[in-house]
Amino acid sequence: MTHSTDTSVRQPVLSVRNLEIRFATPDGEVRAANGIDLDIHAGETLGVVGESGSGKSQLFLAVMGLLASNGRVSGSAKLAGEELVGLSARQLDRVRGGQMAMIFQDPMTCLNPYLKVGTQMTEVLRQHKGMDRAGARRRAIEMLDLVRIPEAARRLDMYPHEFSGGMRQRVMIAMALLCDPLLLIADEPTTALDVTVQAQILKILADIKRELGTAIALITHDLGVVAGLCDRVAVMYAGRLIETGPVDAIFKSPGHPYARGLLASTPRLDEKVHDAELPTIAGQPPNLQRLPPGCAFAPRCPHAWERCTDELPLRRAIGAGREMACHLELKQ
Amino acid sequence: MATQLNQTQPPVAGGAEIEGRSLWQDARRRLLRNRAAVASMIILALMALVSIAGPWLSPHAIDDVFWDHIAEAPSAQFWFGTDANGRDLLVRTLFGGRISLMVGITATLVALVIGVAYGTVSGYFGGRVDNLMMRAVDVLYSIPFMFFVILLMVFFGRNIILIFAAIGAVEWLDMARIVRGQTLSVKRREYIEAAHAIGVSNRRIMFRHIVPNIIGPVVVYMTLLVPKVILLESFLSFLGLGVQEPWTSWGVLISEGAQQMETAPWLLLFPGLLLAVTLLCLNFIGDGIRDALDPKDR
Repeated sequence: MTHSTDTSVRQPVLSVRNLEIRFATPDGEVRAANGIDLDIHAGETLGVVGESGSGKSQLFLAVMGLLASNGRVSGSAKLAGEELVGLSARQLDRVRGGQMAMIFQDPMTCLNPYLKVGTQMTEVLRQHKGMDRAGARRRAIEMLDLVRIPEAARRLDMYPHEFSGGMRQRVMIAMALLCDPLLLIADEPTTALDVTVQAQILKILADIKRELGTAIALITHDLGVVAGLCDRVAVMYAGRLIETGPVDAIFKSPGHPYARGLLASTPRLDEKVHDAELPTIAGQPPNLQRLPPGCAFAPRCPHAWERCTDELPLRRAIGAGREMACHLELKQ
Repeated sequence: MATQLNQTQPPVAGGAEIEGRSLWQDARRRLLRNRAAVASMIILALMALVSIAGPWLSPHAIDDVFWDHIAEAPSAQFWFGTDANGRDLLVRTLFGGRISLMVGITATLVALVIGVAYGTVSGYFGGRVDNLMMRAVDVLYSIPFMFFVILLMVFFGRNIILIFAAIGAVEWLDMARIVRGQTLSVKRREYIEAAHAIGVSNRRIMFRHIVPNIIGPVVVYMTLLVPKVILLESFLSFLGLGVQEPWTSWGVLISEGAQQMETAPWLLLFPGLLLAVTLLCLNFIGDGIRDALDPKDR
């Protein structure tokens, strides 16, 4: 675990600069991500939040080189200094599963039903580390133990349908961690699971972060998950990062009106709120084919002024480790 | 025969697979628990054995003509009777079994290997590659089968190997289309994306992740293909393009027997019965293989 807690060198594990994603569709170009700058450091967990269609999943699929065939990426995404954008499929196969790995939303469909769990796990090790069968098997058992799957050795010889949803997600996590990745991308890892299982999965992710020092990018729209697990949070809206910063600071005093709206619309257990009283953000997210010249959130923003609709707000620092893209403060 | 059949499940019995207890070994275990499939395999194996050994052990040769036993009903001397030329039907039926089983299984295997490889590659890469490969299939479809066979005969002379080649070369087109369609649907599944995300190579995804998932329809189609090929061979032989006298095959015997159905029904009955039993066995085996390869069906 050479990369674990080396805080002296602050070269980010993942460094994204000016990343743009475009999808060519019959109805025109869809701009799924625009000018994204993002750093994730070792041992850090970054929560990426935003509503459906804000481009948060596409951003990380682009980093993994897994975009649909009509998607084009430009800009730069460096993993431990190595440029990922523009790599060939073969070169990507070397990085994927080795230095970075991804787990997906629905564990029920992410394991090949025709292959044993053990086969799918050892495949990764044999391909990336050139391990022999016995070694790969030992390592797979070790990882299944780590994610607390009982009787790991016996479980290896079972097929995915013999596992419950929560167990499958744990298998996916174990599989992603087999080669000690620098970066683990978790795309809504708990969305398809029920609440108690969610808690287990989050606990495992927290342990991984603590014990292995793996950098984690957690894509979610569950703010509770972010609060529980993440160090920093990045809020996305219409393919742009509109606010980034430490979780505590943003949850305490969100800067961007959208982030405020997002936090306000989270139901709380300790306050009695009737359905009708739960605040929502009025309006709809914009069409990514026809983004306005100004702030994409302006039409829904209660504080919008002329400048918001005319000029794209640029990201600027607003205090310790915080950045925001909003014209609001200049209004006065 | 049993070993020949096992080859119809790609790398089954060879044990060349790296995994300790692979999908194939599991499948074999499950297949052996399926009584109908096992019984069918035994019957087919016996039939193949008798077809191979029978003509050597029989006191009559396939072209021995008994002038005083023309079109005789089954008797102690001629168990299956004799045909219109006074030849022993038993030895001819067994010999025909050799040709028919050989053609059926070899041509099907040829179609299977080419069709699965071609269809998987085409469906997996998609886009322009897919377009190009499938249009090539369309072009091949448009060549009339008879024309193709006659062309082969003209160039290479009459040869039993050519029949395999000709039938196999035509039948893989259907297989390729079926496999391509299945591949298109399977490659969009999340577990394939997940396999990409852990860096599995294209080739491994195609042949380790996708092929096992499409094996069901392929196996079913294969069991239908064997009888189809056997009948196709008899059609070619009937036209004088397949096996020639004194050689014979089940297809030829059946078409001859059908002409004398009223006067000498045994000429149709025995070869027809053997063909029917073979096809029935193949269907049971196909069902068995399909079930055995589905891990959820344990």
